[in-house]
Amino acid sequence: MKVIIIDDEPLARSIIKEYLQFHSELELVAECSDGFEGVKSIQQLQPDLIFLDIQMPKINGFEMLELIEEPPAVIFTTAFDEYAIKAFESHAIDYLLKPFSRDRFDKAIAKWRQMSKTVSSKEQLTTLLESVSNGPSEQQRVVVKLAGKIRIIPIEEIHYLEAADDYVKIHTKEGSFLKNKTMGHFENILNKGLFVRTHRSFMVNITQITRIDPYEKDNHLAILKSGSRVPVSKSGYAKLKSVLGL
Amino acid sequence: MARSPVSVSKFRNSFFGWWIIWAILHALLIMHYGYPLNIAVIDSFTTNALLLGACWIISNILRYYLPYSDRYWYILILSIIFSLVVNALSKFIINLILIDSATVDYLIFLSNSYWIRLGLAFLLVGCMAIICVLWYTQEEEEDNRRRKNDAERLSRDAELYKLRQQLQPHFLFNSLNSISALIGSNPSQARNMIHQLSDFLRTTLRKEEEEWVKMEEELQSLELYLEIEKVRFGHRLSTIIVKDDQSLQMLIPPMLLQPIVENAIKFGLYDTTDVVTIQISVSVENDTLKVMVQNPFDPETASPRHGTGFGLNSVKRRLYLLFARTDLVETTAKDHIFTTTINIPKHESYHNRR
Repeated sequence: MKVIIIDDEPLARSIIKEYLQFHSELELVAECSDGFEGVKSIQQLQPDLIFLDIQMPKINGFEMLELIEEPPAVIFTTAFDEYAIKAFESHAIDYLLKPFSRDRFDKAIAKWRQMSKTVSSKEQLTTLLESVSNGPSEQQRVVVKLAGKIRIIPIEEIHYLEAADDYVKIHTKEGSFLKNKTMGHFENILNKGLFVRTHRSFMVNITQITRIDPYEKDNHLAILKSGSRVPVSKSGYAKLKSVLGL
Repeated sequence: MARSPVSVSKFRNSFFGWWIIWAILHALLIMHYGYPLNIAVIDSFTTNALLLGACWIISNILRYYLPYSDRYWYILILSIIFSLVVNALSKFIINLILIDSATVDYLIFLSNSYWIRLGLAFLLVGCMAIICVLWYTQEEEEDNRRRKNDAERLSRDAELYKLRQQLQPHFLFNSLNSISALIGSNPSQARNMIHQLSDFLRTTLRKEEEEWVKMEEELQSLELYLEIEKVRFGHRLSTIIVKDDQSLQMLIPPMLLQPIVENAIKFGLYDTTDVVTIQISVSVENDTLKVMVQNPFDPETASPRHGTGFGLNSVKRRLYLLFARTDLVETTAKDHIFTTTINIPKHESYHNRR
């Protein structure tokens, strides 16, 4: 069984390494000091289990997981994050609070073994990530992957969002990026005073709108600064008007 | 309950001063009509003592019952009733006292001057009532404002306290985790780190009480903090501190710099396998304490605006709560160097507090 440790502090990694020595069937295949490395290693090495710190520079543990299509089983490690801990508890995902004892570590491994027989880690993680991103702090950025490279998009740089099958296409001035999420998800996480769902398949950043033109029957078109044209349905137009204070 | 205007000695004195002048004028007027001094004094004293009593009762009524602005006619009615009562009573009492000694002439004069007396009593009582209404309304507003200020200050203090608290646990538990790791591999270093951590905690505990500390003290605890971070992140971290004597004497909210430096360390330590140097420079410009924290970064992977995280937000919030300004924290990214600058306006009230 392959294991990867992702933590920004060398000493924090070394203690997990030390405890892992007592589990000879677990083989440590990589140590990563940030989420970018983590994504790369997980894709290359396909581990069965990862130890993941939450507060890391650049992208945090949750954001890193969003970028992985088939995430392995995860045991979270964190020093102090009340909000995340609540999320773990409600999704029965195991976590280790630093500093943790060998006993506690062994228990987490045992629990993982138990769980991996019954539930798929992917399902569990998906619901966890959904609940974490609906968290108290409004989402300030969206993390996407393009051609193996990770991009962090500040939300104010998003022009509009477009539904595309199982994905959402995020349009920015530097082009568009796909994210494996639903429009409903973005509607939940994005600031409602800034983003308006103007159409079943479109959500627009209102600061980007320069003009709203009538278009066929009850429909409208929002013209953005970039020149893009975003469809606005009848109900979308009503929402847009109320947000813009018209 | 609001204070009564008479409870303020300045008002009380001038009120009684005016009352005495008014009573003397009253007596002189009666003497002017040709009545003897004793009659004038009795008339003036009785009438004005009753008026004084009426004023006192009115001010107390309004103290406990202040009519809403659409019911100010209550005051009018109250004043009319009181002036009627005062007039009737004073006429009755003067008659009673002077029934034997007074001339018929004076009693007729007393009777004839009824409407003038009533008018004057009404004016005086009415004036008193209006002054009281204005006074109590203002008192009430002041009270509300004070309460509002108090509530705002309390919530601000609570928020500041919470922000300070949030900074500690994360660092503390991570350090304990490092110690736990060191105990296995390098026990003497573990012991050393326990000592450093204890020293650091002691200084922060001491500082938590205070709202402002000297830059000198803040830098000392920052150095302790950096020593611990050096253990956590290994030999890759080095620091330079640039300071001058003047800035060391300036005041700063305690533990303000730690989250910024923590941020700089985390931000700077990645993407590179080289030694990372964090530079902290403090200086004074136009009475403003300027602290610059610089760390290297890789523009390819790090979006400077978003590598800031919780630390910087909490610092911004604290400075906003203290100074009501949002422009005190600046960040710039240039030539692979990320700079966080905080400007702390000179804190004047420090010496007054001690």
